[in-house]
Amino acid sequence: MATRSSIYGLMAEFDDPAALVTAAQRARQDGYSCMDGYAPYPIEELHHALGSPTTRLPLVVLIGGLLGCGGGYAMQYWMSAVAYPLNIGGKPLHSWPAFIPVTFECTILAAALSAVLGMLALNGLPQPYHPVFNVPRFALASRNRFFLCIEAADPKFDLEQTRRFLETLNPREVSTVAD
Amino acid sequence: MDPLNPLAPPSEGPEAIHKVPATPPVIAPGHTFGTVTDKISSIVLTRKTPLGWWLGFGLASMFTFLLMMSLTYLVVKGIGIWGNNIPVGWAFDITNFVWWIGIGHAGTLISAILLLLKQTWRTSINRFAEAMTLFAVACAGIFPLFHTGRPWLAYWLIPYPNTMNVWPQFRSPLIWDVFAVSTYATVSALFWFVGLIPDLATLRDRSQSRAGRVIYGMLAMGWRGSSHHWHRYETAYLLLAGLATPLVVSVHTVVSFDFAISILPGWHTTIFPPYFVAGAIYSGFAMVLTLAIPIRAVYGLEDFITMRHIQNMAKVMLVTGLIVAYGYGVEAFMAWYSADKFESFVPLNRFTGPYWPFYWGLLACNIVLVQSLWIRRVRTNVVVLFIIALIVNVGMWLERFIIIVTSLHRDFAPSSWGMFNATFWDWSTYFGTIGLFLALLFLFLRFLPMISIAEMRAILPEARLDDDIRVI
Repeated sequence: MATRSSIYGLMAEFDDPAALVTAAQRARQDGYSCMDGYAPYPIEELHHALGSPTTRLPLVVLIGGLLGCGGGYAMQYWMSAVAYPLNIGGKPLHSWPAFIPVTFECTILAAALSAVLGMLALNGLPQPYHPVFNVPRFALASRNRFFLCIEAADPKFDLEQTRRFLETLNPREVSTVAD
Repeated sequence: MDPLNPLAPPSEGPEAIHKVPATPPVIAPGHTFGTVTDKISSIVLTRKTPLGWWLGFGLASMFTFLLMMSLTYLVVKGIGIWGNNIPVGWAFDITNFVWWIGIGHAGTLISAILLLLKQTWRTSINRFAEAMTLFAVACAGIFPLFHTGRPWLAYWLIPYPNTMNVWPQFRSPLIWDVFAVSTYATVSALFWFVGLIPDLATLRDRSQSRAGRVIYGMLAMGWRGSSHHWHRYETAYLLLAGLATPLVVSVHTVVSFDFAISILPGWHTTIFPPYFVAGAIYSGFAMVLTLAIPIRAVYGLEDFITMRHIQNMAKVMLVTGLIVAYGYGVEAFMAWYSADKFESFVPLNRFTGPYWPFYWGLLACNIVLVQSLWIRRVRTNVVVLFIIALIVNVGMWLERFIIIVTSLHRDFAPSSWGMFNATFWDWSTYFGTIGLFLALLFLFLRFLPMISIAEMRAILPEARLDDDIRVI
């Protein structure tokens, strides 16, 4: 049998979203904290049931957008008024109304890039290897099955006891996830 | 409609007395997580490629080669091979640019604006509408790029430190356009790719071939459907939708500034930004219908792209068509009300000048014909709708042609008047981009899931949790 250090966790498989959400709630009540649920589509209730914190992504996007906005405007000011001053139809060198469209586009571009790259970075993606893929049935997590994995890193994790606990949640199957 | 379950047909409420026909559901009944996944992924992974695909892709590729030849000849000879010359310095190239960009707008509208408005019916059409956006923007970009005459120097449009010590002119709407269109292309690509990630993971897990597992696996980037990931994913997706919504409005506004900022009669008007945006959505929905109607028939997707979608799109077309009609009216009214003889000459020249068949054709295609969509029987007849959508596509092309060419060909001084006549290369480049657009679309249909599987799962009745779980 695998030793504890070579185990990533224990994974229970469920048929429907309600069973997974209930299981996550029960596990949390039972004192487990280091766990994750896997589903083929986003389930808001699961996020709450696992007690996960709200993401900081909106802050990342706000900062990205503000930098894009300030950077876009500063770029136009510097290029039009400092680096390459040209008199166009007698307009002032710092003709700010003309700089608004590009400032707006730079804001959106920087914010959108922050949203996507920030989401990937906070999620730790791309990630070529993850232990959960060692469970062959986990391929169904992207089709119609729902998984709850209690990780070995959890202070309360015990191979025997945790397995017994997961069995009480009426899963289809409980498998050991090799690290 | 039951607010908790938008899929259910409306209950037999008081409206049943008035014999209102039931609204068709967003997904045909009987589907589960498994069947939705299998049906959509099988088109990519297991089902035999239909003969129609090969014929369509072959034909589209022929036109793509025509585009390559036309562009090669253009680079060799210069843009003199096109019919535009002073006074008509912009003709097919900018007409086609605006037409393609406009078509792209429906994709963003469906994916972003309808998401924010919680319109569940968008789910089965957003993926290919977004793909349509990307390919349309790619086709659009070709025209201004090659109209520069020296496309290999197009990077001069980007502000970068250079030995010439020259910077772009930010007081010009043309540079605004560079920023608007390139931002639009980037954000559309990001939005589309983020939406694809969970489905790429599904394809990775379901692919039987090693190549499929490796390629889809690399693209899915190790997506595993973790709850923590989904939470950030949903936040990112919603934020992207919120960013894409003002963006899409700004893009066609900036495109209209290319004209409205100038002093040319027929271009210099404040109605242009809203009227361009409405026209863009109008032509875009016409293109989505043109594509969705044959695709659902060929791939048997009537369960997912139901009559509800088709009817809703027809209604959006009707509404935006009316806004466009209002735009034409205001344009003509303002020309008369301005009491400026050059301004009032513009509509007169459009109605009775040398390009009159185009203007009357545009009114027939864009305003008269679309009124038939008031009739329910027309909105529910896919064949008639397909024909109307095609005609609206033609009408919207004519609109841009009229705006650009008739305004330019007779401006202030009659001594500088002239005519534009399209050459073979004008047409070949235009039809070539249609070929490129369709070829890219065929490749997309063959190699990527054309409907978002993850989003379809989320709107299934199976995905509803009981109320006692929801409360927590």
